Amino acid sequence: MKKIIELKNVSKAFDGETVLDNINLDIYDNEFLTLLGPSGCGKTTTLRLIGGFETPDQGDVIFMGEKINDVPPHKRNVNTVFQRYALFPHLNVFDNVAFPLKERGLPKAEIEEKVNEMLSLVALSSFAKRSVTKLSGGQQQRVAIARALVGQPKVLLLDEPLAALDLKLRKDMQQELKKIQKATGITFVFVTHDQEEALSMSDTVVVMSEGKIQQIGTPIDIYNEPENAFVADFIGESNILDGVMLEDYKVRFSGRTFKCVDFGFEKKESVDVVIRPEDVDIVPEQEDLLSGVVTSVTFMGVNYEIIVDIKGFKWMIQTTDFVDVDEHISLKIDPDAIHVMHKSEYSGLYGDYSSFSNEFDELEEIDESEDGE
Amino acid sequence: MTRKMQKWLLAPYSVWAFLFMIVPLIFVAYYALTDNDYNFTFENIRKFFVTTSSVTNDAGQVSEVHTYILIFLRSLKLAVISTIVCLLLGYPMAYIISQSSPRAQKIFITVIMIPMWMNFLIRTYAWMTILQDTGILNGFLGLLSLRPVHIIGTEGAVVIGMVYDYIPYMIMPIYSVLAKLDPKLTEAARDLGCNSVGVFKRVVLPLSLSGVVSGITMVLIPSISTFYISQKLGNGKFYLIGDAIEGQYVANNLHFAAAIALILMIILLAGMAVMQHFADIERKLEA
Repeated sequence: MKKIIELKNVSKAFDGETVLDNINLDIYDNEFLTLLGPSGCGKTTTLRLIGGFETPDQGDVIFMGEKINDVPPHKRNVNTVFQRYALFPHLNVFDNVAFPLKERGLPKAEIEEKVNEMLSLVALSSFAKRSVTKLSGGQQQRVAIARALVGQPKVLLLDEPLAALDLKLRKDMQQELKKIQKATGITFVFVTHDQEEALSMSDTVVVMSEGKIQQIGTPIDIYNEPENAFVADFIGESNILDGVMLEDYKVRFSGRTFKCVDFGFEKKESVDVVIRPEDVDIVPEQEDLLSGVVTSVTFMGVNYEIIVDIKGFKWMIQTTDFVDVDEHISLKIDPDAIHVMHKSEYSGLYGDYSSFSNEFDELEEIDESEDGE
Repeated sequence: MTRKMQKWLLAPYSVWAFLFMIVPLIFVAYYALTDNDYNFTFENIRKFFVTTSSVTNDAGQVSEVHTYILIFLRSLKLAVISTIVCLLLGYPMAYIISQSSPRAQKIFITVIMIPMWMNFLIRTYAWMTILQDTGILNGFLGLLSLRPVHIIGTEGAVVIGMVYDYIPYMIMPIYSVLAKLDPKLTEAARDLGCNSVGVFKRVVLPLSLSGVVSGITMVLIPSISTFYISQKLGNGKFYLIGDAIEGQYVANNLHFAAAIALILMIILLAGMAVMQHFADIERKLEA
């Protein structure tokens, strides 16, 4: 695979506040890469560095082997789909899409052909003469994508393009974006704070926090083998426990010793242990298993989300079996349900559900989608 | 709030608008179309178009001219020149303000507004002292050992006065449109291949045209009917349509003054309609 974009030791600060801290990232030809992280993690700034709207304080942005730190946006073979689309309100759908082609001075017939081709790709052929201000959010989104793709850039940058759409439409657009990416073969760099979106669409996910890259990997790697407590917590739900790696394939936490599939740690190294809520089986209370008392049960549709208090640590467990509050239960944990991580600066910050509430989580999400960094 | 309540709350405004805007217009039309005994007549209107007088040009040749049409065309010429100068100076000014920091924007706007808090006559007198042959400007040029310039009493002086008085009305509407322009749109244009000139030509300018049109309207209309500036800065040599209305009014020819005002109003309305029409066509062509 060919490298298209390289970020080398890139740092950036605004008003003395570090936004990107020594970022190294390779983006390959034809891949769907997602920058994922909470607001303020630096993902949008990374995108703007590639687009040419910001220049790095330190480090280099390399495009197909060439340093482009100071190349202005209009001279980069990269186009952007902006968060709120940024369509030109004085132009209709056709002219919005034709905008970059007219700037290049292409002949009229060629412009018409390319624009119509793009409009049919995004299923908007019959809207060519419509004013963009009279389109729905989803349609505006498609115009923005067509306009960014019509000039055949090597890379398409998408800045939280689906954040303003409602859930149903967002799901449809996710499918469609993936389809468009496959059809055009253009590299997509996609920014989102929605982990589900990142996992379902990407070839490569880059998890960011506080201006640093926490982990780069395929969606499956990121989910199953999180690098540290931050990634484990941000992607999906995780119970993260303090543990000690006794020897290869043997880890101790919550006062018990478990078999696991992890190895290569130092003897007696203290570690973070991740156990996903869906990987735990609930069984009636047994002497030789981890046991505790159920403190809350929430019906989620596909399953129940229950919180179990085990020696003061609150576990979250997803199960289709019904249990009642105050019931005493035991947890059956298979070796491959356990994932062991090295300690990091994020250890101890995440993974305990003592203050957990669904409502709180949702409120946070709304906040994030509104500030847009 | 129900629709009915809204209507009632709007009632005082409707009465106000009727009393102070509609009624005076009716009176202007009534006076314009009646004679001294309040009998209906077109005589005042006719007078505007047929009155002639003899003028002597610089070469000493005497010619007959249509007095009021000449005055009107002269007013129109000076107003158009002033409007163009206001636009050429005001647009870049508005653009610079809109691009500066929010704090700087407030300061700029205040600085532009402050002269408007001073009386119009005082501002005109201030320009007299600046532009006079022995005024501040020539004093300054003298300090630099440059030749003095003769400005007062020329059309140039009248234009300077008008531009000074009306430029805030050009800057403000353009500024308010530019300030509301989404910076993402200029970023999008750059992203799609435009350099700075292209961004301006293809995005900023077309999106600020509404501000330009209202700026032109707000400058052209008052400057076409302005008076006093020409009397003071033009040494009375450039009798304008506003001066003519004032003159007839002072001479107690209320009916003829009203007729001139009415004709001016109709011409301006027609002009605005034509301009609006072209703006619409342009918008359609663009689309």
